Amino acid sequence: MSSFGDQLDSLIGALPSSVCHFSPELALSGTIVVLLLMRLFGSVDRWIPPYFTALVGSLVALGLCGSQLLDLLNNGAQSEEFFNGMLVFDPFGAFVRGLLALFLVLVVALTVLTGIPDREDGPDFYALLFGSTIGMMIMASANHMLMFFMGVEMASVPSYAMVGFLKGRKQSSEAAFKYVVYGAGAAGVMLYGISLLMGLLGTGTLASETMPDMATNLQAAFAGTTGIGGAASMTLLLAVLMVLVGLAFKLSLVPFHFWCPDAFQGASAEVAGFLSVGSKAAAFGLLVRFCLAFVGGEGAVLPEIFTGFGVALGVMACATVTFGNLAAYSQTNAKRLLAYSTIAHAGYMLMAVSALVVVLAGGAGAGMSDAVISETAQRCVEGLLFYLFVYLFMNLGAFAVVALLRNQTYSEEIESFNGLGWQAPALCICMAICAFSLVGLPPLGGFWGKLVIFASVFKTGDVHWFMYVMLVIGGLNTVFSLFYYIRMLKAMFITPAAEDARPVEVPAAIGNYALLLALPVLLLGIFPTWTTNLAQRVSEVLVP
Amino acid sequence: MEPSLSFLSLLIFLPTIGALLLVGFNKKAVDAMRFFTFGVTFLTFLLSIVLWNSYDASNPGIQPAANGVSAEWIASWNIHYRLGYDGISLPLVMLTSFTSMLAALASWSIKKLHKGYFILFLLLETGMLGVFLALDFFLFYVFWEVMLLPMYFLIGIWGGPRKEYAAIKFFLYTLAGSVLMLIAMLMFYYGSGGNFNLLELASIAQGDSAGHSFDEFTQIVAFVLLFIGFAIKVPSFPFHTWLPDAHVEAPTPISMILAGVLLKMGGYGIIRIAFPLCPVGAQYAAYWLVAIGVISIIYGAFAALAQTDFKRLVAYSSVSHMGYVILGMAVWSITTENGTVVTANRDHWLMGMNGAMFQMIAHGVSSAGMFFMVGVIYDRVHHRDLNQFGGLAGKMPLYSGLAAGIFFAGLGLPGMCGFIGEVFVVLSAWSFSPLLAIVAASGVILTAGYILWTMQRVYLGSEYKGPHEEDITPMNAREATVGFVLLGMAIFLGVYPAFMFDVMGGSMENLVDSMEAGLQAAGYVLESATQQASLAP
Repeated sequence: MSSFGDQLDSLIGALPSSVCHFSPELALSGTIVVLLLMRLFGSVDRWIPPYFTALVGSLVALGLCGSQLLDLLNNGAQSEEFFNGMLVFDPFGAFVRGLLALFLVLVVALTVLTGIPDREDGPDFYALLFGSTIGMMIMASANHMLMFFMGVEMASVPSYAMVGFLKGRKQSSEAAFKYVVYGAGAAGVMLYGISLLMGLLGTGTLASETMPDMATNLQAAFAGTTGIGGAASMTLLLAVLMVLVGLAFKLSLVPFHFWCPDAFQGASAEVAGFLSVGSKAAAFGLLVRFCLAFVGGEGAVLPEIFTGFGVALGVMACATVTFGNLAAYSQTNAKRLLAYSTIAHAGYMLMAVSALVVVLAGGAGAGMSDAVISETAQRCVEGLLFYLFVYLFMNLGAFAVVALLRNQTYSEEIESFNGLGWQAPALCICMAICAFSLVGLPPLGGFWGKLVIFASVFKTGDVHWFMYVMLVIGGLNTVFSLFYYIRMLKAMFITPAAEDARPVEVPAAIGNYALLLALPVLLLGIFPTWTTNLAQRVSEVLVP
Repeated sequence: MEPSLSFLSLLIFLPTIGALLLVGFNKKAVDAMRFFTFGVTFLTFLLSIVLWNSYDASNPGIQPAANGVSAEWIASWNIHYRLGYDGISLPLVMLTSFTSMLAALASWSIKKLHKGYFILFLLLETGMLGVFLALDFFLFYVFWEVMLLPMYFLIGIWGGPRKEYAAIKFFLYTLAGSVLMLIAMLMFYYGSGGNFNLLELASIAQGDSAGHSFDEFTQIVAFVLLFIGFAIKVPSFPFHTWLPDAHVEAPTPISMILAGVLLKMGGYGIIRIAFPLCPVGAQYAAYWLVAIGVISIIYGAFAALAQTDFKRLVAYSSVSHMGYVILGMAVWSITTENGTVVTANRDHWLMGMNGAMFQMIAHGVSSAGMFFMVGVIYDRVHHRDLNQFGGLAGKMPLYSGLAAGIFFAGLGLPGMCGFIGEVFVVLSAWSFSPLLAIVAASGVILTAGYILWTMQRVYLGSEYKGPHEEDITPMNAREATVGFVLLGMAIFLGVYPAFMFDVMGGSMENLVDSMEAGLQAAGYVLESATQQASLAP
């Protein structure tokens, strides 16, 4: 054990490179400071609107993330811990952070077009938005249970405020309140789980080359143990499940999803879109890292327990997908419908994580060779990353169309879409592309993401039969989900507009923005190669 | 000249290019869009004729190259953009471009939102052509699904009163089938060590490939999954309920395409994918398939007899006629002799396969014609109630003559296309099970019953009994052209069926050989070729 002085020295010695790795987050923090200062000093923000600053700041962060990712991939990608092992810098983290930064740019652009927030509230809103994104980025690169918790909280607290941002709307305040109460409860349980885990294993480091990490300590503590017999393994399982509660809340998995429809309906569509994609991407990044801390090491420890854990994740995924889809049927509010669709999609993505855990924990026991195990595990991560990437465009696209049409019709009910297909073709075609991609129809990106996930789940069926059940449930749900997505399209294209409806005219810029979101969805389906290769290379480093 | 990859791609994507160009048209220029769409479909038809002429029937394997022409698509998953054709897909490519061209001519009856209609119409044609030319399972699946989206909107926007219900029902049924196909696709992908190439998958199933094989269980499960997926499209008896709704509500040209081409995709999928990839599964399920085919024939015919809606009657007649396709494909009898399993009556089976394939083409022509004829009268009197017609022969003599010809083709009158397919199938079914053959043959009587009764109620009689009598005008030149072309085709195929058999025969024989090889590889012992007398045409 090194002394405090040594640690301090190494921290200071590594500071320049650490700061360099942390630059996207720093850029976002800098933007927040600039945004808030601009309002204080004279009337600078009268000349430079806040959204302009926000756009520039998010673009800088995107550029930094992009160059980091390229740099990592070009120079023989390696994972590298920084800030004394608190965070990790690897292609996986860089990919998810890049995704978040890109997403932030698109969300800021959307807020410019929809006019929420107004100029007066701009700095506040963007400060919250950026703060939440910084939290998500920390989640994506967390390498210690402490940063795990910090990241989740830092992402959550500003989003509570954002949900309630439409001041004076009762529904909005109610939504924010529900969100806070749920979030606080989930965070408490998660913190308890973290303390149990750290007490049990003597460390909070998820994975490390130099320091004792959870995988090593787990191996030392449970070498030779099989089954769930002892008190220690029970405690371990309890701790893992409690941590999972916190993540399940962020991912809105059944049965921790109750906040999601209310919060999304109460929040503005822009915020709902942000939460539905951003917090999902970050939480999945974190979940994968957390799971890999237990099953990613050399030689599976407690294979039965962790295979069981993977199957439990699978059961949760099936419940989430099915519940999300069934509940979405009866919705009449577009945002609420999309909230349930978000829940369902979290379930599809959780299937990939479930398959990952099952194959890593139980693959060797089922007679798979190491090469097959690592290839299958890589496919799981590849599927998840591709899905997240295309999900960004298709889900934000759907929420954006709802937000942009709301500005025209002043309503978010599906009925208000009636007959708009012929008045606002660009927006409605964008919605059609996004909705069909959410269903998972080729030649759209959502299909490819779903196929990769289903394929890895199918392969994992060799390890545990439940994976086949999960595949069938996933397939059936794909069919069910068509029904409610198409209700929105039916309203747009088939049902005629009401007699007294005001004719809608959408400016060209707005149509172009919608097409900007829909085009990648189409291209990712027709030419998935580039993104697939990227996701594959990222996953190869994560799961060697 | 061997067609290149770019030529085949042009054939598939020419309609898409046309659709993109249509975006630039003025909303008001309706006639320009009509003629433009017709022009694009006509060009596509010409290209498919070029393809037909380039086919070398003496070499019935896949052309242009032994493995088709391909380009890498998604390398890390071993997915290729692979196109090719043989005697099985070529007639269907022709049928597609032919029917699409006539449907484009019939699209003058579309009265609203023309631009959207023609764009979707052309996208639909791309999807259909792609399905018939794709030789990569993944690519096949993509085209199969691509066709769903335009179809949903074409029925849902331009359809009849219950269009929304019909459109979603069509979509849900087909999507459910596709998901089953997707699972089967993954089974083959992992079973073959990561391959989507349909030809290589088929050779693995034949036992020609070292290192991989599909065991019996895989083949049976995959066959059931694939068959349900394709049977929904055909549609066969328990999965047919989407069809009457979709056909009745769809606008006339879309009904023509649905009946003329889309149903054939189911049959094509069975012949191209389900049979060669799982010969053991096909053998295992043969009796069930025959039963499903026969039930579809009889059930469809009885249901047609009970209809009072003209279009619904034609729709049920499709269920009945497509039953012959399933029946013909499945008359693969095996018997057990001295404890070993033997395949008997290979040549009868080949004949049944040929009959099934011919029946698909014949039904494509006759049912498209029947739907067109219903559309012609519907455009004038705006109802389809069989009890409110009558006396049309006097008011529209040309129309009634053409319609009578086409209905006789559907009935299976000798000398017309419907006869050849039915007689081949029923004859070959005899060797499989005389009882089922008799039942299937009696379906012909029922068919004659509902068609003659319909003709009596619609065209004969002294007076017209329904509304809008004043609107009954003779056929115009455009309608007459479509009618003459379809009737001419029906007679031509009936008189000179060798036109099709010459092209498809060799490929069918290849298929039968490969399936026997597949059974042998799976440990079945085949009877020595006792029946050398070729019953194949």
